[in-house]
Amino acid sequence: MIEKANLEVFAETLLDLAKKDKEIIVVTSDSRGSGKLTQFGKELPDQIIEVGIAEQNLVGICAGLSAVGKKVFGVSPSSFLTARSLEQIKNDIAYSNHPVTLVGISAGVSYGQLGSTHHSIHDLAVLRTINNINIVVPSDNFETREAIKEAVNYKSPLFIRFGKKPMLKIHDEDDNFKIGKGVKIREGSDVMFITTGETAQRALLAAEILHKKNISCSIINMHTIKPFDNDLFLDCLSKVKAAITVEEHSENGGLGEKCASIISQSNINIAFKILGFPDEYMTNGSQSDVLDHYNMSPKKLAEIAEDILK
Amino acid sequence: MDHKELELKSIEYRKTILDIIYNGGAGHTAGSLSCIDILNVLYNNVLQINPKNFSSTDRNRYVQSKGHTVEALYTVLCDQNFFTREDLDSLNKFNSHFIGHPTRKVPGIEHNTGALGHGLSVAVGMAIGFKLDNKPYKVFTLLGDGELSEGSIWESLLSASKYKLDNLVIIIDRNGLQITGKTEEVNPIEPLLDKFQSFGLCVKQVNGNSVSELDEIFKKIPFENNQPNLIIANTIKGKGISFIENQVVWHHKLPSEEEYNKAIQELNKQLENFE
Repeated sequence: MIEKANLEVFAETLLDLAKKDKEIIVVTSDSRGSGKLTQFGKELPDQIIEVGIAEQNLVGICAGLSAVGKKVFGVSPSSFLTARSLEQIKNDIAYSNHPVTLVGISAGVSYGQLGSTHHSIHDLAVLRTINNINIVVPSDNFETREAIKEAVNYKSPLFIRFGKKPMLKIHDEDDNFKIGKGVKIREGSDVMFITTGETAQRALLAAEILHKKNISCSIINMHTIKPFDNDLFLDCLSKVKAAITVEEHSENGGLGEKCASIISQSNINIAFKILGFPDEYMTNGSQSDVLDHYNMSPKKLAEIAEDILK
Repeated sequence: MDHKELELKSIEYRKTILDIIYNGGAGHTAGSLSCIDILNVLYNNVLQINPKNFSSTDRNRYVQSKGHTVEALYTVLCDQNFFTREDLDSLNKFNSHFIGHPTRKVPGIEHNTGALGHGLSVAVGMAIGFKLDNKPYKVFTLLGDGELSEGSIWESLLSASKYKLDNLVIIIDRNGLQITGKTEEVNPIEPLLDKFQSFGLCVKQVNGNSVSELDEIFKKIPFENNQPNLIIANTIKGKGISFIENQVVWHHKLPSEEEYNKAIQELNKQLENFE
């Protein structure tokens, strides 16, 4: 079943929470429209701060608001938020230890044909190297809603990123969600897809294709990239013959390399493949076309899974 | 404190700055000497920040955006009893929290700074937060003049003006020098007054090494309702030690034993001559 865009769920959830909690403040950089926060601005004008197109200033102001007791959500396109203001994230949020939630909207290649200036295929890698900030990449509406709810009173700096396209429903409303805990979303014994965020739905569709070919496929969604749930990852890894990571991110420094690092330090011998964007001058196209082009269509994922099992 | 007491404090503070830098083996000597009078007046007469109220959110704030002159800040915080002189003497030693830039691991430090052009945005955020809650607290931030080349400063000024932050007090330590040379030769920033005024700030100029002038100007805050306050504090880099004053080389220079002794002698003489 197709649900809403995670972006919409984020905005609705935040508005609901902020209506009940006056300490919640949203900071935007001319991004209330693209962040679906227009309604928030209309209903709670005293709880939204607009800094204009100035992402460095946005992050600094978030830190200052947090320092005087506010529960702060800084919302800006992930590309600009995590590159242009990286030093503010490092020093003013993470190093200074202000529990701000930074929300990277239109993440990955969500901006499609707008091109590489707007894509954020670096954000997970750069923030993984910053001490004292955690990273969450929700897959579906449920995970997005739960992540935002948990973020309000989260005790350390947090980065959450998602896209803006409608998502497949993966979870039921009574499922468990906790930042730092990965989720097994499908059981299987031959091959495992490890996803983070919105690539989970592509893996689910691939698993259906594999099922028809009698290949048993498990999927774990590592919605929290940092701190990483090593236990779930290793436990699930021990039950399959091969593993493939799938991320809407550079192959460098993201989910795949995180998993590779754990595997290489755990004396495990398993067929393993990383799927993401290669280090090249990338092609142009819609988000879906670009993901398909770089071997992340459900059909291609299924083929790669078959190959790796041979 | 009256102005005489403040003047005496300034001499003592300068001795401490020289001591801790000499013993710690490194420090931003000249910049700490240029801004120490500002910190002196702020902490003794204006901020009302002390170890008792520091953990409360209901108090004034001070963010030192020019983080590198942390030796001046440590010196004043020590005098306010945030920590002991023994603690401070661990400056730059292995495992000490007292490092070459402000860190919140040190009691009394509001925000971690060091990379330039950050503190003003944070101060703006704090000031907006107080405004949102209708709280009467003020936010003070100290910027270097070399730091003004950072674009993020000017982003922050736009927000300060937009949100009419008359509870924000920006102080520029205008000593005219930076690590390479004169600010006006490295990257000219004048006319500063016009620039700040055109950004919507209410600007005053003072002798930033005169505790009495500083004390008087701080009493006039807010200068205008609904306008952020900005003070251009004209200072002398290295102020108080004859051979350090206005010398580019002293930006991050460690005094030799001879230079240290000579500097302390000069300061002792100032103490002896103090009426």
